Amino acid sequence: MKYRIKTWGPGLLLLSPSIVLIGIFVYGMIGATVNVSLTDRHSAQPAENYVGVDNYTDLASDDRFIHSLQNLLILTVVFVVGTLVMGVLWAFLLEKGVTAEGFFRSTYLFPMAVSFVASGVVWRWLLNSAEGENAGGLNALFGMIGLDFLQNPWWSHPDWGMAAMALPAIWQLSGYVMALFLAGFRGVPNELREAARMDGASEFKLYRHVIFPQLSPVALSALIIIGHMSMKMFDLIMAVSGAQYLTEVPAVYMWQTLLANDYAKAAAIAVVLLVVVAVLVVPYLISNARAERQR
Amino acid sequence: MRKSLPAALLAVGLVLAACGGDDSDDGSTGEGSGGEGNGEVEVFSWWTEGGEKAGLDGLVAVFDEECSDFEFLNASIAGGAGANAKQVLASRLQTDDPPDTFQAHAGGELRDYVEAGQLEDLTDLYDEWGLTGSISDELLDAITMDGQIYSVPANIHRANVVWVNPDVLEGAGLSTDAPATVDEWLADMETLRDAGVQAPLAVAVDWTQTMLLEAVLLAELGPDAFNGLWDGSTDWSAAEVTAALEKYGQVMSYTNDDRASLDWPDAVNKVTGGEAAYNLMGDWAAGKLDADGLTPEDDYLWWPAPGTDGVFQWLADAFVLPVGAPNRAGTECWLDVVGSYDGQREFNTKKGSIPARTDTDPSDYGPYLQSALEDWSTDSLALSLAHGSAAPVGWIDAVNSAVGQFSAGGDVAQLQQQLAAAAQ
Repeated sequence: MKYRIKTWGPGLLLLSPSIVLIGIFVYGMIGATVNVSLTDRHSAQPAENYVGVDNYTDLASDDRFIHSLQNLLILTVVFVVGTLVMGVLWAFLLEKGVTAEGFFRSTYLFPMAVSFVASGVVWRWLLNSAEGENAGGLNALFGMIGLDFLQNPWWSHPDWGMAAMALPAIWQLSGYVMALFLAGFRGVPNELREAARMDGASEFKLYRHVIFPQLSPVALSALIIIGHMSMKMFDLIMAVSGAQYLTEVPAVYMWQTLLANDYAKAAAIAVVLLVVVAVLVVPYLISNARAERQR
Repeated sequence: MRKSLPAALLAVGLVLAACGGDDSDDGSTGEGSGGEGNGEVEVFSWWTEGGEKAGLDGLVAVFDEECSDFEFLNASIAGGAGANAKQVLASRLQTDDPPDTFQAHAGGELRDYVEAGQLEDLTDLYDEWGLTGSISDELLDAITMDGQIYSVPANIHRANVVWVNPDVLEGAGLSTDAPATVDEWLADMETLRDAGVQAPLAVAVDWTQTMLLEAVLLAELGPDAFNGLWDGSTDWSAAEVTAALEKYGQVMSYTNDDRASLDWPDAVNKVTGGEAAYNLMGDWAAGKLDADGLTPEDDYLWWPAPGTDGVFQWLADAFVLPVGAPNRAGTECWLDVVGSYDGQREFNTKKGSIPARTDTDPSDYGPYLQSALEDWSTDSLALSLAHGSAAPVGWIDAVNSAVGQFSAGGDVAQLQQQLAAAAQ
């Protein structure tokens, strides 16, 4: 018995500070948020009553919240698909062997080093919605090279504006997805390629049946990482458009609600957002843990 | 294994030390600024640059003279319209660590603080300072909440002002006199459009559209019914409101499509650049136009928004006395200065607004402000939602969102339903 404590005791002691801190500052705070979301604390005063799930049912029938979820859906789909397509394409090109690979790799990866707020300020100008004579940013560029028909209102389009909002995000994170996939490509042993070629597989078949199947864990990681970043998107939108109805996503709505001292509603939005992200992340963590165990 | 035990103890020790350090920090912040009759007065605002900062410096100069026992401590936080400052303030008030005084809009926006019991009643101090006689009864009435006054207004701005480019009007053969009604305004805008001005009225993001909505409601309903929208005596679902909202929809059809991506100075620039004829904006636009080197009455004109002549839609920056202010005596002296003749002159001549007092000497002010002073003393008053004199922040946010949705969709019935919901 004494021996066993000696094995795990020091390890636990070493971990206990972080266990306690995470317990309080992550899970304790999540608990506190859930608690507030079940009360009627709609002002700066303390809550008076518990109202059950009323705040959640109110959100479900709140046009503004539904609209923010729709915006989030468009943003996430375009963002994820865009980064995956660009990332796989770049990784594929680099993997085929180019001169100065290191240069291209760094160039593609660099935008990730810029914060969303900083790039958002620049993209706010690039995605200027004015057209024709007053055009600025990308619209002016299109006008200059005679592609006027490509001019469009970007993020201020009432229905598809959020797709334009994903452009800066795609620009920033495609390089990261590229790095993931490049590592994946390099991880495929050369013997496998040679064996496939010996068996007469065409280049297309080689990728389709030999290499890509082995990259699905990489694709899943990329999907999860990009997807959860997109769902929590706040800084980019605040920098590009500011808080306004047109581009509102749940995180921005939560901020606006908090500014208006409606703590219960803000907490409910936060919890919904957490659940949405958890739906994406938790299955991934579980499957990861299983894979580790099997190893 | 041996090595990890001391390391773990060290880690625990560090964490405890860090926590302990935090505690002692919290303890010391409250102590420095206590005491009676002297010490620092922490003034919390979002005036950090331009005319606003100059105005604050003017106030501080008077404060240093009048309240030489006290020391001014600037706790201003940058960020448009106080978005960051309000967050910091909310957390400080929640942890019972209020500044000695903070900036807020006088009127409805204070209701959240008042209901949370965070502000002291200043009614008796008003009498002590003799301020009751120096502020018009109508304004006094508007900032009185349930029989008590909670703020000292430092200035007055006007919201219902249309800024006009006379060259564009003349180019379309229109008179430069203000249209008397919204209908006449709409007819003029049609004329302008026929003359090739595609978007005669320049607007910007959501809150500027809220200002336009308010101006149309004010014109169509009249000041009494309009003010009634904010205290419940006018029904948001009424047929008159529907008619006014339809007018607003027509007015919006003459505005620029890129509104969502513009801030208010961009919309003003469209007018001065000749691309649009009109912009509705608060009278801080005069400061911007003058800073751009334009001559009033020559390069630009101003009118009360069509249909609102004789009504002054006001908003005021004010200071308050929070419950539990560490240096109460100092705050009272600060508030006395804010309300005083000298304080208001030093503040307003630099910020580009007019004093809330009735005994102002117009010769200290420029041409626009002189006309505003004249209107202020004669016009009837209306509240402003977009700028906090009418209602709390939650209401403002809900209306901005409804107006933003209308800008994208254009459904009057939905707008009215959301406005009514915001009022609940």
